Amino acid sequence: MSGRVLVGVKRVIDYAVKIRVKPDNSSVVTDGVKHSMNPFCEIAVEEAVKLKEKKLIKEVVAVSCGPQQAQETIRTALAMGADRGIHVQVAGKDYESMGPLQVSKIMAALAKKEDAQLVILGKQAIDDDCNQTGQMTAALLDWPQGTFASEVALEGDKIKVVREIDGGLETIRINTPAVITADLRLNTPRYATLPNIMKAKKKKIANMKPEDLGVDLTSRLEVLRVDEPPQREAGVKVETVEDLVGKLKDAGRV
Amino acid sequence: MALHGGALRLNLLVSSRNLYKFNSLIGVRSLSEKVSSKPESSSSSETTSDHLIYTQEHFALKETLRKIIDQEINPYVDQWETEGKFPAHKIFKILGSAGFLGVNKPVEYGGLGLDFSYSVAVSEELGNIRCGGVPMAIGVQTDMTTPALARFGSAELKEEFLLPSIMGDKVACLGVSEVGAGSDVSSIVTKAVRKGDEYVINGGKMWTTNGIQADWMCLLANTSEGAPHRNKSLICLPMNLPGVHIARKIEKLGMWSSDTAQVFFDDVRVPCKNLIGQEGMGFTYQMLQFQEERLWAVANIITMMDNVIQETIQYTRERKIFKQPVLYHQAVHFRLAELQTELELLRSLLYRATALYIKGNDVTKLASMAKLKAGRLARELSDSCLQFWGGMGFTSDVLVSRFYRDSRLLSIGGGADEVMLGIIAKYMDTLPRK
Repeated sequence: MSGRVLVGVKRVIDYAVKIRVKPDNSSVVTDGVKHSMNPFCEIAVEEAVKLKEKKLIKEVVAVSCGPQQAQETIRTALAMGADRGIHVQVAGKDYESMGPLQVSKIMAALAKKEDAQLVILGKQAIDDDCNQTGQMTAALLDWPQGTFASEVALEGDKIKVVREIDGGLETIRINTPAVITADLRLNTPRYATLPNIMKAKKKKIANMKPEDLGVDLTSRLEVLRVDEPPQREAGVKVETVEDLVGKLKDAGRV
Repeated sequence: MALHGGALRLNLLVSSRNLYKFNSLIGVRSLSEKVSSKPESSSSSETTSDHLIYTQEHFALKETLRKIIDQEINPYVDQWETEGKFPAHKIFKILGSAGFLGVNKPVEYGGLGLDFSYSVAVSEELGNIRCGGVPMAIGVQTDMTTPALARFGSAELKEEFLLPSIMGDKVACLGVSEVGAGSDVSSIVTKAVRKGDEYVINGGKMWTTNGIQADWMCLLANTSEGAPHRNKSLICLPMNLPGVHIARKIEKLGMWSSDTAQVFFDDVRVPCKNLIGQEGMGFTYQMLQFQEERLWAVANIITMMDNVIQETIQYTRERKIFKQPVLYHQAVHFRLAELQTELELLRSLLYRATALYIKGNDVTKLASMAKLKAGRLARELSDSCLQFWGGMGFTSDVLVSRFYRDSRLLSIGGGADEVMLGIIAKYMDTLPRK
């Protein structure tokens, strides 16, 4: 086994920012808005770095798809302990229409190219909430998948994954190579300490384009419109349960 | 349905874990005002390539520090302000482990050997702490007690005091000001008399930030007779030595979470090897770091002022008076525009002075101007903003009232406004000639 782990990291609008929709309802405002690494991607990086520290794997490669600024996100991963980075350059209209399908094609191509033993991704991104990239990547590679992982244990050439599912926890054992997606409780990501931030400067980030990987970025989706959620209306107080049922019936809810 | 139940469970677990302040992990990111967010101020814009002094590393540094502040500091600030003290050892250890206490200190002693622009970046980010006391305590540790030691101390001394201070294992305090001598440092009376292998110290210090919790003090004392600028020395003084009396914790108008002590020395004996550098050079050593101290203080308060303006905008946008938001009244948004303008001017001065300084220039004049302006602007800004908050501004529940109290210190400590004016006049050659 190569001992190489690919970790996908996505640059998203920071979780604390108040999102505003553009006046033309085409998308949300991103200019001048604070961005950071998707929190679930941080957890994914942390898990990969932990595996390396336990000497269960040899190299952590951080991958990000996007415009020039994606390099900052890769640098954060490097500062957390990834060994090198790959920046797949996607900009302009291609970037706006890029979604899980395109990213998973890229991740699959890279996993083959880098002879990866493991691909770890965040379970979903906090901007589009798709929760698809991990699953699609595994399907494209025809690899097993351990999604919503709250625990990952390498056992020889197999991996035991404890998954967070609606009913509780599910434990599965899958073969490697495999795709894992990180859920919230998998670990607590480390701070990128200042010494590591400075060391990360020397780590390499390779640049490439989707064409270099033979990936077609054409999207099959078209965003028609983006709207803010409706303003929250004031509530209505009722006196009795009968009133409540009556009102619900009137509103067509029951 | 199952998905919703799962979302609730995750929400509860998230809040109990106190990890990230996500409103919801499953679906819609809330657009409500409940999220403590604000539009990013211009000092942390996305275009790293355009910034005057910061590189990508500076921004990465700020991001990590911000996380530490959001997770380990801000949730507890209100409690610490009420208690009148913050756990310095705990917080300094967290910061030290992440590399933030020795940014411009030598690598051999756990520092990062970076230039002063990184210290400014750290200071700027610390301004996001929701009080003045904690950043002040950190600044004392990083840029007031340790620079002279780092530059002039012996290897043994640095091993004993500098290294643990950078790692966050020891808390330091600065013993310079006295009851009878603040701005007029040359008239301090604390004496350190050589007796064999030791200095015997008598006297006292005042306004000692971190004084209650400190493990050691960087002490300025008279070590000989003679000219007042040439008879003082810096000594590393362990605070647990017999004869060191921490007389009282001083109750102050603001900076409540920072413990400020009055200390007395009663025949305290300290080995002569604890002298930093040369005898008689203490005053000079302290003066060398004034530029850095002052620019550090300016960077810090600029972020706080930015935050206060943003919070005031948010509040006045929601608060209605005479049927429209307070913010819509011209007196309000015009005044905020004035304040923001002055703030940007101060920020430009800070970056200009920092850029010149890291190139090796003497920026005493600019640093003094920046400190003078920062102290005065903070008073004007906090006063105007508090007025716009109305009754709420007068309560203890809001940041603006705390900032009003905390920021008043800037015109006094670290070099009073009048001292700054004297320095500027000296550079302008307008002082009375002898």
